[in-house]
Amino acid sequence: MSERVAIVGVGWAGFRPSTPYQSYKELMYEAAVRAYADAGVDPRRDIETFVTVSEDFHEGTSIFDEYTPDQLGGALKPVHTIGGDGLHGLATGYMLVRTGRFSLVTVEAHSKASNILTLPYITAYAQDPVLNRPLRLNPEYIAGLEMHRYLYETDTTPEQCAAVVVKNKRNALLNPLASFAADLTLDEVLNGPPVAWPLGRHEVAPLADGAVVMVLASEEKARLLTDKPVWIRGIGWCNGPASLESRDWADAPHIREAARLAYRQAGIRDPFQEIDFAEVDDTYAFKELQHLEALGICLPGEAGLLTEQGATEPDGEFPVNVSGGSLGVGHLLDGTGLARALEVVLQLRGEAGPRQLEDVEVGLVQSWRGVPTTSGVVAVLSN
Amino acid sequence: MSKQIKDFRGTPLRESDFQEGKVLYVHDALRGEYAWDTGIAIGHYLAGLKKGVILGARCDHCRKIVVPPRTVCEWCFRPLTEYVPLQDTGTVNTFSICYVTWDVKRIEKPEIPAVIEIDGASPGHGILHKLGDVNPEEVTIGMRVQAVWKPAEEREGAITDILYWRPLKEVKKR
Repeated sequence: MSERVAIVGVGWAGFRPSTPYQSYKELMYEAAVRAYADAGVDPRRDIETFVTVSEDFHEGTSIFDEYTPDQLGGALKPVHTIGGDGLHGLATGYMLVRTGRFSLVTVEAHSKASNILTLPYITAYAQDPVLNRPLRLNPEYIAGLEMHRYLYETDTTPEQCAAVVVKNKRNALLNPLASFAADLTLDEVLNGPPVAWPLGRHEVAPLADGAVVMVLASEEKARLLTDKPVWIRGIGWCNGPASLESRDWADAPHIREAARLAYRQAGIRDPFQEIDFAEVDDTYAFKELQHLEALGICLPGEAGLLTEQGATEPDGEFPVNVSGGSLGVGHLLDGTGLARALEVVLQLRGEAGPRQLEDVEVGLVQSWRGVPTTSGVVAVLSN
Repeated sequence: MSKQIKDFRGTPLRESDFQEGKVLYVHDALRGEYAWDTGIAIGHYLAGLKKGVILGARCDHCRKIVVPPRTVCEWCFRPLTEYVPLQDTGTVNTFSICYVTWDVKRIEKPEIPAVIEIDGASPGHGILHKLGDVNPEEVTIGMRVQAVWKPAEEREGAITDILYWRPLKEVKKR
């Protein structure tokens, strides 16, 4: 049985605010063709099973599972669709390889956010229908509540949150896949329009369309296919209590627990020392800071200081979201986690072009499923 | 079975109990609106329908013509880039006779959904539509049918630009 699992192919398509020239199927197909060419496999012959990640309400089609196989090469093969973030798909693909039953697995997730005309209503539907939804609030208020309590408990400042926006959007200038690159000043971010105070408009990742496909392989297969395998050394996921009444508003214990599982599997004791860089969820700017603390990169309240001091810049001690993150690249709904993982894979292979980090061996990737969830995944990847 | 049970346990509920607020519940309706990008292949297909033409796509690798067109052949995974105009006639592959509408109303004159294998496409490749101008009892698998189109000026590039399909024989008679 295969003990190790590698990512041997990656592909992407879209990564634009809208993609009116392609259907979601065509977006997936383009990403799949790229991933299979990258892996050097023929999906009809070689891929044994397929995992896609999607949310029916995002697709506007119920039982969306039925609409995913053809464009991935999965017709008449074992395919299943899960709800979650793209990284949940990576975890599922990992487990399928570890069963020993499959040696080549495709994982896919995508966003056609531009096609959803009433997304705030859809997101609002993720709230409890009896207790919370009748208050009729735009669901971004939940991010406002979280941010306020996070600032309050950790003494993190709005300036430190704004520094995340400046950094990520500037990083995105070197990423051709990024739609929302910008060279902003702290003041421009801070003086932007408010959304759900203390959360400002510039601190919310804008939406984008895009698809990401990854090919996972057993160690034996990976050695045959590539000399640049990226190993999934540890992966964990966790759901916190969903209640908006009694959750931990300042911390992200679900990410802390997911990280503990991933680190234990990967043998990581001191993530700051043993991991070279990270791509973490920055759906909201403060989330990058909160997530870094939950990931154990630093103590609660320190991530803002690290950011201010430049430690999370591409040339800092612990680069975070060199890709530009969701703030710079655009938020890909269910595909967001795989988009973050894509950057880690490219960096570990030395294929990140002008934003390539030097001497990186171990990368961290973390996802969060967005408001109102307390659902996230953490993975440790290495070359 | 239920006749033998004399004593039903539990608390009986009447509709009036809900109406009078004795039983509490929360009602809400989802506002989910979408505008699906039709993309390359289905975009071509719909543009064809607007012109009164059914388009298929050719897979040279599988030597097949599929309809509706797509950008990838699901069997060989090769890209499909060539669009082929097909006939607006075909053969009924399968059909059903439905006496209940989509929103669950009983109807006397049934609807007849059918899969119609389009002339010019490879065997087994058809489109899902409805039959009309036909006695439901006379519909058979293998029946030859022809599209009844909306008037050209009313077509909008939608599957409903074809109103329904009717037996080919009747068309010949007229």
